Parts: sequence; structure tokens; C-alpha cells
Amino acid sequence: MTLSTQPSVDSVEAATASPEQVQPYRELGLKDNEYARVRELLGRRPTSAELAMYAVMWSEHCSYKSSKVHLRYFGETTTEEMRAKTLAGIGENAGVVDIGDGWAVTFKAESHNHPSYVEPHQGAATGVGGIVRDILAMGARPLAVQDSIRFGPADADDTKRVLPGVVAGVGGYGNCLGLPNIGGEVVFDPSYAGNPLVNALCVGAMRIEDLHLAHASGTGNKIMLFGARTGLDGIGGASVLASDTFSGDQPGGKRRKLPAVQVGDPFAEKVLIECSLELFAAGVVVGISDLGAAGLACATSELAAAGDGGMRIYLERVPLRATGMTPAEILSSESQERMCAVVRPEDAEAFLAVCAKWDVTATEIGEVTAGERLVISWHDQTVVDVPPRTVAHDGPVYERPLARPSTQDDLVADTSAGLARPSTKDDLRKTLLRMVSSPNLASRRWVTQQYDRFVRGGTVLAQPADSGMIRIDEQTGRGVAVSCDCNSRYVALDPYQGAQLALAEAYRNVVTTGATPVAVTDCLNFGSPEDPAVMWQFREALHGIADGCVELGIPVTGGNVSFYNQTGQTAILPTPLVGVLGVIDDVRRRVPTGLGTEPGETLLLLGETRDEFDGSEWARVAHDHLGGRPPKVDLAAEKLLGEILVAGSRDGMLSAAHDLSEGGLAQAVVEAALVGETGCRIVLPEGADPFVWLFAESAGRVLVAVPRSEELRFTEMCTARQLPWVRIGVVDTESDAVEIQDVATLPLAELRTAWESTLPALFD
Amino acid sequence: MSARIGVVTFPGTLDDADTARAVRVAGAEPVPLWHGDADLRGVDAVILPGGFSYGDYLRVGAIARFAPVMDRVIEAAHGGMPVLGICNGFQVLCEAGLLPGALIRNNSLHFVCREEWLRVDNPDTAWTSRYERGAQIVVPVKNMDGCYQAAPDTVAELEGEGRVVFRYLDNPNGSVGDIAGITDARGRVLGLMPHPEHAIDALTGPSDDGLGVFLSALDHLVSA
Repeated sequence: MTLSTQPSVDSVEAATASPEQVQPYRELGLKDNEYARVRELLGRRPTSAELAMYAVMWSEHCSYKSSKVHLRYFGETTTEEMRAKTLAGIGENAGVVDIGDGWAVTFKAESHNHPSYVEPHQGAATGVGGIVRDILAMGARPLAVQDSIRFGPADADDTKRVLPGVVAGVGGYGNCLGLPNIGGEVVFDPSYAGNPLVNALCVGAMRIEDLHLAHASGTGNKIMLFGARTGLDGIGGASVLASDTFSGDQPGGKRRKLPAVQVGDPFAEKVLIECSLELFAAGVVVGISDLGAAGLACATSELAAAGDGGMRIYLERVPLRATGMTPAEILSSESQERMCAVVRPEDAEAFLAVCAKWDVTATEIGEVTAGERLVISWHDQTVVDVPPRTVAHDGPVYERPLARPSTQDDLVADTSAGLARPSTKDDLRKTLLRMVSSPNLASRRWVTQQYDRFVRGGTVLAQPADSGMIRIDEQTGRGVAVSCDCNSRYVALDPYQGAQLALAEAYRNVVTTGATPVAVTDCLNFGSPEDPAVMWQFREALHGIADGCVELGIPVTGGNVSFYNQTGQTAILPTPLVGVLGVIDDVRRRVPTGLGTEPGETLLLLGETRDEFDGSEWARVAHDHLGGRPPKVDLAAEKLLGEILVAGSRDGMLSAAHDLSEGGLAQAVVEAALVGETGCRIVLPEGADPFVWLFAESAGRVLVAVPRSEELRFTEMCTARQLPWVRIGVVDTESDAVEIQDVATLPLAELRTAWESTLPALFD
Repeated sequence: MSARIGVVTFPGTLDDADTARAVRVAGAEPVPLWHGDADLRGVDAVILPGGFSYGDYLRVGAIARFAPVMDRVIEAAHGGMPVLGICNGFQVLCEAGLLPGALIRNNSLHFVCREEWLRVDNPDTAWTSRYERGAQIVVPVKNMDGCYQAAPDTVAELEGEGRVVFRYLDNPNGSVGDIAGITDARGRVLGLMPHPEHAIDALTGPSDDGLGVFLSALDHLVSA
């Protein structure tokens, strides 16, 4: 291949000879001091290709430069005991956990926020594609996805543009890829109006011996690039703004850039998955990495940095889908559906044969070398010659100033105590119906029915269940449950406690279905790290999660940070999404959400109900109010609650269970009744304030249905272990209403209309 | 000897493993068939599973119809071999001319994933003999292009000959006549949009109502 760019390529030789040449590092996102550091590391000015690599790899997105000093806290607080089942942790593509029976499960959440605002459909689609390749790169078969998506007000015009596109993108990619979507969140809040959040989570599984880590070792081993061709799409997507002055080595004239949002091809990804799994099974892969943010720049430098030697890449061998691409563009392209593997020379032929079977383009682009440098050439000219660690790991680290904002005191002082509460029966009834139909509590069916939840035949629970659950082993029935949650209103009121509440809720959602939590992933979405108030929120939230994990005894195995979710001075509500993975030895004992699976069930409310309304959904719906202190968090109580629910599931004492969160007991009862298509009678405790009992959002509570024959055994267990419980009513399989004694009788049909009409009315 | 039922994998096929599982649960032996093979490996029946063959970036099923394995499937179908097309497989059978009509975009313009009530209107096919006429079953649908359409005289012919096999009780996609599945004149080739392979137990599906499709084929093959 010969290209017109060849004569003017900015080689190492040329760079050495022209130290004074002005380089567009600011346009590429590097600060003055960062550029100076690159020159110092290399002892000369970087070539255009090197500059592109450092710029993209030292971006916030790839280098975690603002969060690194804080992320260390996860490692510092994780004990050996917590780590006992971790096979791969923070720093790998995704965390891997031993779940028993020889199975390893890998899971991780990642953000694709900014692209999804610019181009909702492709932004969301490639978000799914990226996290799926992270899971694949661990050697695992991707098995299911979840997505947590957040938008501005439900009735805002721009939400009508962004939400349908995001949903179609998540669905279009995941459905065509053949991965069931087993849950997630849809949240509306004005703070996300200019900064929607798209956080995608993927779960995969493999036999323990099949775990693949991303490293390039063994001098002489071949570097294979396989999958889609490399094009101009997504250049600078990782955070560096694409610009006309991007490449110093391009021959004069203006060059159009494709949008910085990548375009996804789920069919190519499906084929890439099957091809990769066949390559793993054939034993012809030594190391592997996916190509995501920062493309080849990232994959080559990270593979080389993690290996025991250097690496030589012949860039002109990379198959392209655009003409005249420069070395810098090829290195930083974020074209989707590509992987990079390290292969022993004697396996190269077998490797290429498997790729040919799947019609996947595969090219040997280089080899592992004995040296300690990453050397990349372009038609016999060296365009990159760097120590790979300086690109991949030795990026700048910032201790950003942080400060609790002065406005926080006012926010905390402005409690919900003075808000007018419904007092009459009629007011309570109206409040309940208004809550059930409000955008944040209404049924998510309009969204979830655009996602395939059946494919692969392993889905045991999906939305609207508390957690998604999939079977891993068809023989034994061993499986995993996963839930990701965050109430950003609580986090805004108290970032430390709010983040712990997010952890507690995800944990509770997992135990509610009968699974035992084993690991945590997070996706930390915040405003600008250059704002001390945002950094304070970030540090507090991160410490909240880490300290909470110590108390619960489960490790954070991976995660993602997304900063700069802010428009002008307005940042999003701090949104540290927490995902919890649980293990269940036999999915057949899962606990469903819906009432009425057994004739004659008693309803019990586990946990303590307090007058807690600050940050609640009621405060939002009724008064558009946010202020005060979030509900009390008690992780020891959450842990006890979890042990009791898992024991109850194991001994067949539970016929249904549903977590209490936003909207409180009223919302949980309505959902359990509607999902099970069965009515019930609720009798609140003697002297209880019905408003508090129905709508308070105290944490650590779960509604359970127990067959009458098991009631005594179950409640005696709760009493013996000092878990507060109260008998709250009975299920009535003959009834087609939710009857709340002395408050209201609400026919299921009326509740269903209220719950299910909201999103279709907004988005159809 | 157990019946051998081939399950075809095109690039982009998604429900092949699930279809093979359903075949196995029904008691037959699933045999994987590859799109590039011009050989049916001696199977007694063939299933084209769901998915997005070749990405379906053109008209759905339009490329898969030209896969080498399809020449053999078409030949075998003409010879009377039972052939079942589920979802994308149904679309491929229409493109291949083994069944009349076409599947177009759902009238909602969205992908639709729902548990759907179906009525069995024809139990006299190789794939439905285990059902009672008029039986109501729950099976998932999940597709983007599930709206069945055909020329009025074709629909009249299908109705007149009793070749509408499954009908939606709550039409999810705008299909003419609530048609969910149809058969050829001999009752051997069946295409349906709903996924019986995802209704083989109440653990991973809404019911085990779909298992009857695979058991029917097994009955047919063993008695044949």
C-alpha cells in the first residue's frame, strides 16, 4: 500500500531534527505542563503520532488523572478476606470473581454519556458494544446486559429526542448482538437535561482456567488485529476534540473529520464474539485486548506495558476503510468491533483459519520484541518510539482541590419537615395514584419491551424484578443476580451517605431475589473535576462506597469514572452508580416479585420504618422539593436482612419479595400486586401514621410474602436474629384490588392504568 | 433411534443454542448446520432459528436465503422434509419462497419483546400435532420486523385452506388477520414469529407451552 502522505510523515528522525516545530498539543487536550513532560520523557519533541497517543492516553477518560489519587482508596481498604474470591480486580478490563463449581464471572459497568447526548442512538449503541468487548477480552462469553439511563424532565422536548434514541440504540445493538437485557434503571431529573447518562453493564462467564489477561509476552509472538477495518470515525472520541489541526503530518489542505461519535455494527460484534470464543477454545491466544477508547494507541501501549518485553508494530498493515489516513489517525481511531491478540508464531495459521471461518478480517500487524520500547513504523519510517509504560500508566496525576461547598449547609437545612402532607383518606388515595403514575415510579415497560430478555435461554429474572438473574450452569442451576442502582438526590444531600445508600439498595435488590452478594462495580458520574465542590462530592461518594464495601465484606472489582457531566456551571446531581453481583447456587429457588404464587400468603414488612422524607420521591412529586438529610443507612442491618432473605429462599419460606425504595411501601405493594396480578389487603400497625408508613423511604426494608404454613418459622427466625418485622397484611387470590384498611380500596385495573400509561403517553 | 433435527447457524443467528436446547429437551438430537455447508448431514428435519442473519441490514432474510445451506433446505422441503422457521427463520422461509407473503416492520416501529397469547388454529401439521385445535398458549415474541403481510388473495387462500396455524389474541405488530404463523400446503413447512424455544419451562420462559412444537415434530418423525 502506498499513500500520498508518505513523503511528509513526521518520523522520529524528523522530530529529532526539528525540536522547535510548534505542535498543536492544546487542541489535542494536553496542558502546557503535560506537553513539557512528554518532551522530557522522550528527550525530544514527540512526533505527530506520538503526540496523538500521549494526548488520548493522558486524557481524563483514559488516564483517570483526576480520580487516580482517590481510586487508590479502594485498594487500600480491600482486605485479603474480601479479595478471596477475586480472580482479577481493578486495572484489568473487568473484574472477575470465582462463583463456585469451576465458574468465573466477570462484570463491569461503563459510561457512554457524552456521545449519547450528541447522537443518542449510536452513542448508546456503542456504549453497549464497548462494555461487551471488555467482558469478552477477559476470555468470557458475554451473557447479559443491563443499562441505567438518566434524562432531563420526562416532559421536556429534548428528552423526547434523547430518550427514544438511547432506548433504540441500547435495544438495537443488544438485540442484534443476542444478549438479553435483564434490568437497569430509567431516571428523570432536571439536572440531566443537558447531560443525559448512559451507563451500560455487562456480565459474562467462563471456566476459571479460561481467564485471559491483557498482556503481551514472549519475544517473537505475533500481534494480530482482527475485526472491523479502521476508519476515521470516533477520532478523539475519548475526550480530545477533533480539529483541523489534528495531524501535523497530513499533506496540506483541509480534511473533513467524521463525527467524534463512533458508529456501531452489532452484527460485526456478534461475529467477533463467536470468533473470539472459538479462538480461546482453540488455545491460540496468549493475550488479548479490546479496542475501545483510544483504539490502537491504547491497545498496543497497554498490551506492551503489561508484558515482559517491547513491541514492534507495522502501521501500514492495518486494514483501513478510508483512504489517506495518517499514522496519528490510525492510532487514535475509535472504530468499533476490533480486537487485538497476542499469538505464538506456530499458532498464527490456526488463528487466521478461525477468523476466515467467521469472515473476520485478521492481520498480523507486528510482534513482541526483546527490547523495552514500543516502536511503530509507517512504511520504513519510525513514527513512534516510546517506553510503553509512559503512555499507558505514567500519565499525569492531579490532586485537584476539593471543598465542601458553602451551599451545602443551606441544602441540608432546608428539610422536608415543613411540607404539607396529605391528611384525609381522599388525599392519601390521590397521593398514591399520583405517585404510582409519576415518571420516576411508573412502569418501565415502554422501555423494557424494546429489549430482548429471552435470548440465550438463561434469563430467570428480568425487569421489573428487583435484580436481573441468569443461569450460568444448566446442569447444576448455578447462576448470578445483578442490580445497579443510585438515587442521586440522596447523594446530593450527603455524598458519603448517599453513595452508601446506592450500595445498600443494589445489595438489597440482589438478596431480595435470593442471591448472595459477592462483588461490586461502580460507574462514577460527576460534573467537572476542576470544580472543588464536585471533587468533594466525588471523594465523599468514593469513600462512602469503599467504606461500605468493607462493612458488607465484598470488594469493588472494577469500575469507571465519568467527569465533565456538566453544562456551563450546572453539574448533574452526583451519580455514583453501584452495581452488585450476587451468586445463587440454584436459580430454581429464586424469589419472584409478584404476589399470588402460593394460595394463602401473609405479607410481612422487614426492617424499620421511620419518618424519613428528605430527598424522597414524595417530596419531589408533591412539592418539587430537594433538601435535608437522606434516610439513615445501616449496613450491618442490610447485611442481616440479606442473610435472612437468602436463608428464607434456601429453605423455601418465601413465595415473593420486593425491595422498598423510591415511593416506599405503597409503591412496593402496588408493584408486587400488579406483577403478580393478585390483590391483597394491607393492615397498617395499630396507631401508625398511614402517610409515613405508606410513603417514607427508610432504607433496609423489604416486603415479603410467606406461605401461611411458613409464617411462624420465618418470623421466629427474624425475631431470633433481631431483625425488626411486622405483619402488614394478607394476599387474597380472589381479590382484584389493593385494599389498604381505613385508607382506600384501589382496583388493580385502576392501578395498572395509572402505572402503565405514563411513559407511552409521553413517548409514543 | 432418536430423530436428528438440524439447527442452522448463519452469521448473526442468535437463538440457535436455545433451539438446540429445546430439541434436546423434547428428546431429539440437535445437529448443528453451518450456513456455508452444502450438506444437511443426514438430518430428518431442519429448523432455521431466530436472530439477525448477516445483520439483516438489507430486507430481513434477504441474504440468508442465498446461503449455500439454503439450496439443500429448499430441496429437502420440496421433498417433504419438515422445516420450521422461527422469527428470522420465518423471514428467511418467505424470502426463499417456501412460504408466501413477507414480514415487514412492526406497526409500532419499535422492537417488541412480549409474552404473547396465541391460538392454535391448525393442529394438523408436522409441528403442531401435540396441540388441540383452538388451544391457547403463551409464547414470547421478540422482533423488529414481525408484521405479516401478503396479497389479499394469498391471505384468502391461506385462510381458506386452514394454513394459518397460530394467531395472536392481542396482535403485537399489525400482522394481517392476526397471523402469527403459517404452513405450506402439505403442513410440513411452518414459519412463525413467536419463539416456542423460549417457552420450554416456566423458569426461563413464561410457560412450557412451546415444547409441543418440538414434541410434535418428534412424533411425526418417529411415526413416519
